[in-house]
Amino acid sequence: MSGVPRTQADRLDELTARFPFPFTDDTYRYSTNVQPAGVPVPTAQGQWGEAVVDVDVEYRTELAERAAILRRDPSRQAVSPHMRPAAWDAMLTLMRELSAAYPEWFTLDRLGEGYRWRNAVLGDDVDFRYGDDASLPASDPLAYIGSQVQEDIVLLDQREQLYADAGVVTFAADWSFGFDLGMSFLEIHGPVPRIHSERIITRAHDFLMRLQPHQPYRRTNWTLTVGRRLDVSTETYPGWGPERAMVSAVDDELFGALVHLRVEVQHLIRLPDSGAVMFLIRTHMLPLEQIATVEPWRERTASVLAELPDDMADYKGLITYRERAAEWLGTAGPT
Amino acid sequence: MTALELVITDIAEEVPGIRSVTLEAADGAPLPGYVPGSHVVLELGCGRRNAYSLTGDGVDPAAYRISVLHVPAGAGGNGGSEWIHRELTPGTKVGALLPRSAFPPVARARRHLLIAGGIGVTPILSHLRAARRWGREVQVLYTFRPGRGAHLDDIEDLAGGLPGPGLETCTEREAFTRRLDTVLAEQPIGTHLYVCGPGPMMDATLAAAAAAGWPDSRLHSERFGADALAPGEPFTVTVTHAGNRRELTVPSGVSLLETLERTGLDVPNMCRQGVCGECRLTVGGGTPLHRDLYLSDDEKAAGDAVMACVSRADGPTLEVSL
Repeated sequence: MSGVPRTQADRLDELTARFPFPFTDDTYRYSTNVQPAGVPVPTAQGQWGEAVVDVDVEYRTELAERAAILRRDPSRQAVSPHMRPAAWDAMLTLMRELSAAYPEWFTLDRLGEGYRWRNAVLGDDVDFRYGDDASLPASDPLAYIGSQVQEDIVLLDQREQLYADAGVVTFAADWSFGFDLGMSFLEIHGPVPRIHSERIITRAHDFLMRLQPHQPYRRTNWTLTVGRRLDVSTETYPGWGPERAMVSAVDDELFGALVHLRVEVQHLIRLPDSGAVMFLIRTHMLPLEQIATVEPWRERTASVLAELPDDMADYKGLITYRERAAEWLGTAGPT
Repeated sequence: MTALELVITDIAEEVPGIRSVTLEAADGAPLPGYVPGSHVVLELGCGRRNAYSLTGDGVDPAAYRISVLHVPAGAGGNGGSEWIHRELTPGTKVGALLPRSAFPPVARARRHLLIAGGIGVTPILSHLRAARRWGREVQVLYTFRPGRGAHLDDIEDLAGGLPGPGLETCTEREAFTRRLDTVLAEQPIGTHLYVCGPGPMMDATLAAAAAAGWPDSRLHSERFGADALAPGEPFTVTVTHAGNRRELTVPSGVSLLETLERTGLDVPNMCRQGVCGECRLTVGGGTPLHRDLYLSDDEKAAGDAVMACVSRADGPTLEVSL
């Protein structure tokens, strides 16, 4: 976030320069594609991945949107009573990550037995004591840190398995945090095709169970979304579901502007005090018309969409328009 | 492998034969936090790498504290304890690996039944400090030889301030065993048991709990070094790559993948934890010692593939091709 972009073109340029283009091949299959976090990834247009948290030109806009969603639907946020320590742990961990990655905007200082948190972008200046909910300007530490990072947050408690027992998720891609709350990691991933016969999810679960603090990992996931819509949760399906059917009927120009490649950078972090696993989901979106301006991205995305098996396209919710998207990208090249 | 440079800032004789050592970052930087019950591996001046339980609650620690029982080398010690008791002085620098969590408190436990034997009290003390921070219900059974109860005052103070039956101590084995049987039968549903102490004492505690009908998922014990991958035996690997054959030595503590990388051989890899499957190599001879989560049981039994990031040779040699 190098300041307020002056024009829409500046904004798009910056989002493009930071875009985590997800495809490393001309085909895509599910895999346990985890890698150590914090390693920068150069792309055709820039770079991403230097830090666990990512603050960009959309910071204020997305946080305002999250606040509005939470006012409308408080079920997007929950902390089970046994997750209080994990919520504090998550907040302090994310404050540390923000202040390490963006020291000009965020600072965390020890203040006697407590801490002082300053967010120069939003003008927050908060003194708090670790573990004392009343010392925060929010209902709980997860609610507060959810107002400071663009990432969605899920906290998993480790018993015999991992259970999603806390979180703040306003930008879910075709799932419902309220529905998944309290479910195990393996239950949550039950509907995903292919990953069971290929043991991908059990391996990921074993990996998460062994994850240690201070050694964060990350992976990417992707889908297509119609419109720059962050909240495509199950709860708001009546709003966005029909658009998926409608988009096939629009003309080419509008199609390229409406259909977005949606990429999630997901971080997996063992919290150092509570021992809970923190799962961060940071959503990035670019319209196909912008993807098409970067030749290697245009070609590769077209190939992936054309080749994607039907069951995966169906699960990702793009079966009805992925062929058109592939063709659109295929013909959008330099003439 | 060293992740932290620490300096000894204080040494105290807790009780006869038990030294409590305070370590801080050599550069004065904040130390990484840790989950209660974690241990840290120290690289001792005697050449040993030993794991020690951290006794703090792990939140934003200004220092790490460990307590070490004097076990003379002739009496079963590996030399590390002897070195800490005889050689260590304030100002000594030691390398350390990041703290590892293998004995964490269970967040949903209704009560935490903490059972300590002798110097095994160290991770229990860490649990108690965390219990104090979060107001958890506890019961503590602490057995030790007369006059050798390390951290007894701390334990008494912490347990006394928390909900639950508090602390009981035993200095005789029979009294402990009798008391244990009663305590195991009296717990509310949802209690989790944590035990750390000498091997036979832990075995007896877990056996008594199983006999009293406790499910495995409620029993937690700390035995050092069981969770981390062992450094492994050295072996010779013969690598076939682009028609060339090379022989390389894979030392203990260095992975097959690292060995190949050091000689300039490019192996695709991603997680380096035996999960993602990227660094799979074809095995042409020798038997792999599989330590990954990627290959299926059948694939492991076939023995024709190996994950270079974590797996090793079960024997002196292995042949792989890139």
